Amino acid sequence: MNLVRRLPELFVPALLVLGTALVGLEVSSYLQSYFLDTLVQVAIVVALYVFIGNSGVLSFGHISFVALGAWTAGVLTVPAGQKTAIMPGLSHFLLHANVGNVTSLALAAGVGGAGALVVGLPLMRLSGLAAGIATFAVLEITNNLLTYDQSIGPGENAFSSVPQTTGIWQAAIGAFICVVVAFAYRTSRFGRMLGATREDPAAAAAAGISIYRQRLLAFVISGGLAGLAGGIYVHLLPLQAAGLSLNLTFITLAMLVVGGSGTLLGAVVGALAVNGIYSFFSAATNGVDVFGWHLTVPQGTAEIVLGVMMALVLILRPSGLTGGRELTLPQRSARAKA
Amino acid sequence: MTLAFLNLSWPALANGLEFGGIYALMAVGIGLVFGVLRLVNFAYGQLIMAGGFALAFGAQWGLPNWVSILFCFGVVLALSLLMDRLVFRPLRTHSPAVMLVATFAVAFLLQNIALLAFGGFGKTAGALAYLNAPWDFGGVEIKKIAVIAIVTAAVCLGALQLLLTRTSLGLHMRAASMDFRTAQLLGVRANRVIAGAVVVSALFAAIAAVMLSVAEFQVTSTFGLTDTIFVLAGVVLGGLNRPVPATLGGFSIGFATGILGSTLPANQSQYLQSFLFAAVIVVLLVRPNGLFTRGAAAVERL
Repeated sequence: MNLVRRLPELFVPALLVLGTALVGLEVSSYLQSYFLDTLVQVAIVVALYVFIGNSGVLSFGHISFVALGAWTAGVLTVPAGQKTAIMPGLSHFLLHANVGNVTSLALAAGVGGAGALVVGLPLMRLSGLAAGIATFAVLEITNNLLTYDQSIGPGENAFSSVPQTTGIWQAAIGAFICVVVAFAYRTSRFGRMLGATREDPAAAAAAGISIYRQRLLAFVISGGLAGLAGGIYVHLLPLQAAGLSLNLTFITLAMLVVGGSGTLLGAVVGALAVNGIYSFFSAATNGVDVFGWHLTVPQGTAEIVLGVMMALVLILRPSGLTGGRELTLPQRSARAKA
Repeated sequence: MTLAFLNLSWPALANGLEFGGIYALMAVGIGLVFGVLRLVNFAYGQLIMAGGFALAFGAQWGLPNWVSILFCFGVVLALSLLMDRLVFRPLRTHSPAVMLVATFAVAFLLQNIALLAFGGFGKTAGALAYLNAPWDFGGVEIKKIAVIAIVTAAVCLGALQLLLTRTSLGLHMRAASMDFRTAQLLGVRANRVIAGAVVVSALFAAIAAVMLSVAEFQVTSTFGLTDTIFVLAGVVLGGLNRPVPATLGGFSIGFATGILGSTLPANQSQYLQSFLFAAVIVVLLVRPNGLFTRGAAAVERL
């Protein structure tokens, strides 16, 4: 019914992704790496939004599913000849399995979703503080296992020799898929039911909605999207288990909080804005020219600016930069609203 | 002489008790603030890190040990009050989940400030390293720090118990942690109670920093981080709601890591973290009030 009116919810984020990709194509290859990172992180943040935004339940664990996706896509695409060199302890089955780029991404999404299902089955009963701590525990466990278990990946070492297939387009398409899935879920009856449980759990339950099932569904979808993002990520950079842990969790959560965790637009705007600022200060480590004067900042400034920004947004504007609103077309008559 | 029947040596046991004691103090520090503020402080580890850096600077400036320990207390206390004033107070009315994210942000911020200011290699706080030397107890050699840690922890926890049960501030803190609103209505001053909890928790962080710096005298931006994560796990395992279970949880985790770390081979102890957090998840699901609490309703939280 109102789908047409809600289409800007889809188009504005999608256009933002497209715009980022187009600008990214034009800039120098040095700057392009920032755009690539940004697009991958848009995908991760949108994946986070699908669960956190719609359910209102906190998750520190989503980077686990990014890591699972990265491991899946990475292990299955390292050329067979180089597998034993990078991953000497790899189990026999994985040693001889090789798939193409697109298949590896699809499998990454599948494994991410499956991981989320396994984790979510017990954990979706929790909410609030308990959910925060339990998902944090999931992150620590996944990271611990991936760091030390050499039968499923490179262990502590970097995932080198993964074919670098992620260019601007692959990254943009990944982010775009996440945005479309997030929109489709949000406007589906399941998304609405989960939104209802966020606004008033008791009323939603009284209306016959199973909070547990709806949360689990969102968790699995967002886990799948996070897995996809992880697959795209590992095709971009030689990732390391240490890089898929607390820091990335913090940065992506910061993006979601800064943008406004309640809306898809907020997730995308947050990812773009924070990445813009973060990239600016990272680049300024090597010196940048701003309006005529040369600026050089010490390493680590980007993280500090980000931390301050996140704290300020939490204190001053808890619903984020976008203020918890989606962009929609104006209604034809004011009476319809009432 | 060994504890042959447990396949355990006295030094390993002392190691376990040492970490048990330190972690118990940290657990109480986290538990106290949770009691009155409903706030799980992820940034607790960064308080300990700041204390570590204070000790390192004390050593660098050639201060006597007692002065640099005082300096460490001052820094941790100041930082803790600042954190409460700037971040936790404005967020007091928000949901625990928002506050959790905020402390996460503070932790990340402080860690990166330390990284920026002191570099990746950090600084050396070696002034207390002589405490790693052993004392001889009738043929059994036990590190001095282990004895000191156990005694200090016992004394501090005893003092806290007196504070909570024998003073009006303690009474107010206990009341506030049971029901903040009602306590306020009955004349308990919120800021005073919260400041009390924050100060005690900071003192315990400083003590933990001093004792941790003995074994780990290279202070970097991640000083105390792993310990805090383990203690958080322990506090949840024991029962976040009340100090005695929280302390027991912290102590058990410290004891287990201390003993297992020195007896298990590396290829097994590296998965310790996974077992620990798997246990956290199971406890959250099965006994949300913690392992060491009795009955479903946790009546008194402090």
